[in-house]
Amino acid sequence: MIAKRTIPLLLAAIVGFLMLATYFVPETESYGATAMEMFIIISAAAMILGGGNLLKINLAKMSQRRPGWGYAGITLAAFIGTLIIGLFKIGATPTAAVPGHSWAAPIVQEGAPFWWIYQYMIVPLTATMFAMLAFYIASAAFRAFRAKNPEAILLLATAFIVLLGQVYAGYWLTNFLPNLQHLVDILPESDHAFAMIVGTQLEGGAAWWQVNYDGLSFAQFTTLQQEIVINMDASLNDWFWQFLNGLRLENLSDIIGEVPQKAGFRAIVIGIALGVVSTSLKVILGVDRSYLGSE
Amino acid sequence: MMNFLRNLDRRWIFLLMGVAVALPLLLKASFPENPNPGAEIVFNTIENLPNGSRILLSYDYDPGSQGELMPMAMAFARHCAEKKHKMYFMCLWPLGEPMIQEAMNILRSEFPELKYGTDYMNFGYKPGNEAVIKNTVQDLHTLFGTDYNKTSLNQIPMMKGVKTIKNMKLIINCSAGDPGTKQWIQYAATPESIPIVAGVTGVQAPQLVPYLPWPLLGQLAAIKGAAAYEQILIEEYSQFEEPAYVDAAQSTTAAKQRMGPQFVAHLLMIGLIVLGNFIYFIDRRRGRA
Repeated sequence: MIAKRTIPLLLAAIVGFLMLATYFVPETESYGATAMEMFIIISAAAMILGGGNLLKINLAKMSQRRPGWGYAGITLAAFIGTLIIGLFKIGATPTAAVPGHSWAAPIVQEGAPFWWIYQYMIVPLTATMFAMLAFYIASAAFRAFRAKNPEAILLLATAFIVLLGQVYAGYWLTNFLPNLQHLVDILPESDHAFAMIVGTQLEGGAAWWQVNYDGLSFAQFTTLQQEIVINMDASLNDWFWQFLNGLRLENLSDIIGEVPQKAGFRAIVIGIALGVVSTSLKVILGVDRSYLGSE
Repeated sequence: MMNFLRNLDRRWIFLLMGVAVALPLLLKASFPENPNPGAEIVFNTIENLPNGSRILLSYDYDPGSQGELMPMAMAFARHCAEKKHKMYFMCLWPLGEPMIQEAMNILRSEFPELKYGTDYMNFGYKPGNEAVIKNTVQDLHTLFGTDYNKTSLNQIPMMKGVKTIKNMKLIINCSAGDPGTKQWIQYAATPESIPIVAGVTGVQAPQLVPYLPWPLLGQLAAIKGAAAYEQILIEEYSQFEEPAYVDAAQSTTAAKQRMGPQFVAHLLMIGLIVLGNFIYFIDRRRGRA
């Protein structure tokens, strides 16, 4: 009872409170770092448990000739082969820092057998798995993305805006709406570079008297340049211009991410954080003991 | 016709998607890329640091996400090299090490004046996820002991005066999930007030928006963000537009080239959704749905 329940509970409580204290009491930081080092070692040891479990499950599947036992054999062969090559650094060249000891060579060393496994098996296999998502998403979108109710319509409209806003199509479709480029284009070509640079500063929130160009401040600009800055500032701060500019698909896509999405996600993140705090406290105080398993 | 569309075999959709992605790649179709505010913030953050600033680059992704993240990871390395920043590479994913090797290959071939150990170095992979991040804040020497090549950190010139990541001016994180940008924000950037910029997958980007603009100063979201960043990099450092860089194994326009397939694939997706809804409304009108 003491070994199975009391000691683990005490360990969880001590380490839990210690980690909490490291945020507020600088003197405890080094103890927290030691606890973290222990965690790193234990998590590395957990890989052995994982490997053992993989062996156990797949060997059982093979010995009982359960459906798919051939795949279990391939899994085991790949696991054991990769493990031996990686663990013993087979074919690895010792580094200059530790000559004569291939054990100390980096894991993935160009030309070594482990690198071959990585380059010609892991890379193409994982990239293929990831790339297949595009095909399944397209099929799912065709079959399931229906405007069945107002919520679905909202979702659909948002998806269209974001999908188009992410590519050149969005820019092309709403390029008739005003943007900085339009303000620059109506000026003589000799002023384009100047107007684009000061316009970008104005768009970034600078006031007209704060802009600079080529090391010159507003006061040092020519009268014509000052006039351009003031006119551009007036246009960029006009509410109707801003409204139309905001309707450009690339801007609309950004607004969706920056306003409703950010607000919603912040609420979710804060909610999750509060939940984590309450669950952690339960674990540290020993109220929640489910992680210890059943008696 | 309606029956065919209603019962459309998904293999037709797969074929359409395959063609939509393959055609722009084969035809090398490219579209103009406009720098977006997010990419400009990330670029300016790195650009405005004094030359030679210490930057930690953590490449926390694996080959599954390299199509999306590799271009921005390489663009970060090139930009830091141009600015002569001191680059400290590491990764929290076991398969992240080869990604760092790609960046170091670029540094070796394109910036031969930069030397390993003086201008850039690689801590390599360390298991332990968040625990590793927490310990980078405490003591890098105790945590890693040696670099990727098993050289003692005490013998590496650029480690002089560097005890923890609190000595870094910026964290750059390329992240495909957990552990990644969220953990760097929670365990390093926020408690220690270290600025961070990130390049993340499209799936992850919305989850990180709540952390903008502090401590996450800016993020490049998916291949679109990478393409915008590449565009700014090319505009500022025009040599990256030269064929030697564009045709390199890790091209300076890799993300821009990938925007072509994305453009057509997105249009196909919209087309399929519209078609699916068209069938749905026809069926509903006829009382079938």
